[in-house]
Amino acid sequence: MANAAAHAEHHNPTGIRRWLFSTNHKDIGTLYLIEAIFAGVLGGLFSAAMRAELAEPGVQFFHSAHAFNAVATAHGVIMIFFMIMPALIGGFGNWFVPLMIGAPDMAFPRMNNVSYWFLVAALILLVVSMFVPGDAEGTGFAGGWTIYPPLSSKAGQPGPAMDCVIFALHLAGASSILGAINFITTILNMRAPGMTLHKMPLFVWSILVTAFLLLLALPVLAGAITMLLTDRNFGTTFFDPQGGGDPLLFQHLFWFFGHPEVYILVLPAFGVISQVISTFSKKPVFGYLGMAYAMVAIGAIGFVVWAHHMYTVGMSFPAQAYFMVATMVIAVPTGIKVFSWIATMWGGSIEFRTPMLWAIGFIFLFTIGGVTGVVISNAGVDRSLHDTYYVIAHFHYTMSLGATFGIFCAWYYWFPKMTGYSYSEFLGKLHFWLTFIGVNLVFFPQHFLGLSGMPRRIVDYPDAFAGWNMVSSIGAAISTVGMFVFLYTIAEAFMRKRRAADNPWGVGATTLEWTVSSPPPFHTFETLPRIK
Amino acid sequence: MLNRIHQTALTAFFTLAGLLPAAAAQRGQPSPWEIYFQPPATPIMEFIETFHGWLLIIITLITLLVTVLLGYCMYAFNAKRNPRPSRVTHNTPLEIVWTVIPVLILVGIAIPSFRLLYDQLTIPKSDLTVKATGTAQWTWTYAYPDNGGFSYDSVMLQDNERKPDQPRLLAVDNPLVVPVNKVVRVQVTGEGIIHSWSVPSFGIKIDAVPGRLNETWLKAEHEGMYYGQCSQLCGKNHAYMPIAVRVVSEQEFANWVEQAKKKYSAVPGLAPNNVASAAEPARQ
Repeated sequence: MANAAAHAEHHNPTGIRRWLFSTNHKDIGTLYLIEAIFAGVLGGLFSAAMRAELAEPGVQFFHSAHAFNAVATAHGVIMIFFMIMPALIGGFGNWFVPLMIGAPDMAFPRMNNVSYWFLVAALILLVVSMFVPGDAEGTGFAGGWTIYPPLSSKAGQPGPAMDCVIFALHLAGASSILGAINFITTILNMRAPGMTLHKMPLFVWSILVTAFLLLLALPVLAGAITMLLTDRNFGTTFFDPQGGGDPLLFQHLFWFFGHPEVYILVLPAFGVISQVISTFSKKPVFGYLGMAYAMVAIGAIGFVVWAHHMYTVGMSFPAQAYFMVATMVIAVPTGIKVFSWIATMWGGSIEFRTPMLWAIGFIFLFTIGGVTGVVISNAGVDRSLHDTYYVIAHFHYTMSLGATFGIFCAWYYWFPKMTGYSYSEFLGKLHFWLTFIGVNLVFFPQHFLGLSGMPRRIVDYPDAFAGWNMVSSIGAAISTVGMFVFLYTIAEAFMRKRRAADNPWGVGATTLEWTVSSPPPFHTFETLPRIK
Repeated sequence: MLNRIHQTALTAFFTLAGLLPAAAAQRGQPSPWEIYFQPPATPIMEFIETFHGWLLIIITLITLLVTVLLGYCMYAFNAKRNPRPSRVTHNTPLEIVWTVIPVLILVGIAIPSFRLLYDQLTIPKSDLTVKATGTAQWTWTYAYPDNGGFSYDSVMLQDNERKPDQPRLLAVDNPLVVPVNKVVRVQVTGEGIIHSWSVPSFGIKIDAVPGRLNETWLKAEHEGMYYGQCSQLCGKNHAYMPIAVRVVSEQEFANWVEQAKKKYSAVPGLAPNNVASAAEPARQ
């Protein structure tokens, strides 16, 4: 019957119906991961280009400072909005939140589809922005990912590149808000019988907290960039002192979004690390409730610390003192997480498979990024370190080395589940060591550069900074080799087609995704599992 | 003196770490392979250096603790050595300890940090005021409202203009000139674009924001040249708008003021709190 045929097609769509009109959480998760790999390679090549420029004093590689700044801006926007967020939230979140809570799919499958395609449209707009006029110096927006006016106003960037960036951020934001609504609804309403909130895997907890952060923070960004858009095109003066506005208003709005955003990036990585440490130590997570509520606390406090990005704008003593104390408080739940991961390993029976290497690497590097965060939370010391390479080193230790190590950890952990193939353990470990050595060489010397005063976002630097910059660039070359090893690892796994077991990790892997086949059937949990 | 003890502790720390910089750091500008602050030249920067020194010791110990614990877990609890995992997932006293001890450490950090912040933001009775304006042409304009109200532009020297001993990307044609051991009130604003006025060895960084007049202070304790760079992304010439400050004796400063008054025409009506210039339209 026609109906039955349509029904069957609905269940097993192929081609354009499967990948363009996709409503299946696993397929959408795969699409997000493909997008994130593409954006990650692009953003990674941008950073390689910047390090090539900065290897020696003088301007050799870029034809102008504008081009360098435009590439630096694009690197930031792409890595944040189009690599880390899509990989951790859209990719692994979509794939594994329904599987881990025993739900057949996400709550709003069609909304899930539109969140993905909004993101693709946003990425296209961002790439287009690099090829349309920015200012008199050339194409692309060159004002940094923080898009501060007046540099991003009509006066600073008269061309349409900035408008494209605003629209790209609008679309990416809408995509994330829709995704957040979907995750919150799914997690609160579609858990299998017996899966109480306090039994949910920590990865699901991390996505739940992240979704709330997205839902509360992104509308503020949307408001700020809409005001910027009307300042640019319709004669308003929200951020222009000549009309009674204030450029600092934008900075407050931006960082009210921007600080929760950094926890949006790293919380899902926390979740992944908890799963992986527990699996390969063959022990349940130590202090589960403390771990879950530490994430809630980090998310909540993350909303009241934004102006620690603005210690040098001329705030009063009470304001700076408040933001300093609030910021320091975040170190406490973060410390709980680090010590609980170590306590999970303590007494365990640890297997050093590839995902575990990335997880241990994460803990070590995130600790370094965390303690330098305590240093720059002190407004008085940040006076010296703000907008220097020290800050670059700090946030790359938490983002580039923290969140990205979380992504690779998740990738090697769930790759056999998602594809049904095993990757080469040797290649995975080679990728880890190249990346670990490379990124540490890139970013550790940047602490020294920052302490001795090298400002960030400059295309050329005084000759005294040459030594550590060369070391940093050598590190970038090594981690770029690591990126190609990563791509080869994927290709090799798909070419060799070694079948992966449903549960390749053994007794430690206790979450629900390991109870279904590898790869999982198109529809999972048509009969809901019962959790004891 | 606390400072002396602290210096000794820091030196010991760096020597232990094998990181003691081989070459003596230059005052007022960065040195090759430098791994720490430029030598301080104001009481505020001395405070920052002392306080940061203690922070560095604390964070190094924390990082070492985590590293040792991770290393021990990897050694003692790998699958070969410990085939049967324990099932312990709770230890309330331990969890209280690793919550309370970080809180105590943070309180210990916050107390001197408040002192530093207060000292930075409380301007003592000043001996003179200078005003720095970051312009839309990526230059700094310096004005002396207490000394006749003259002002002049400070522009980076190109390669063909520099003398051999002047550092590339840092040297300027007309530096800011201030007397040694005097409290100088520095007012900072921006024209059309946000810049940031920063001199590392003074421990100063303050944004030059259009429509706002920010204030900070310095008391340079040694004569000489001090360099910094614009520290807020401001467009194509962000890398090329250095800040140079020449600290001179009181007598030399008085002589310089007399010459400068003749050399640079006075700006009529320039008063310390005049921010009218900040409201000029941006150059486009």
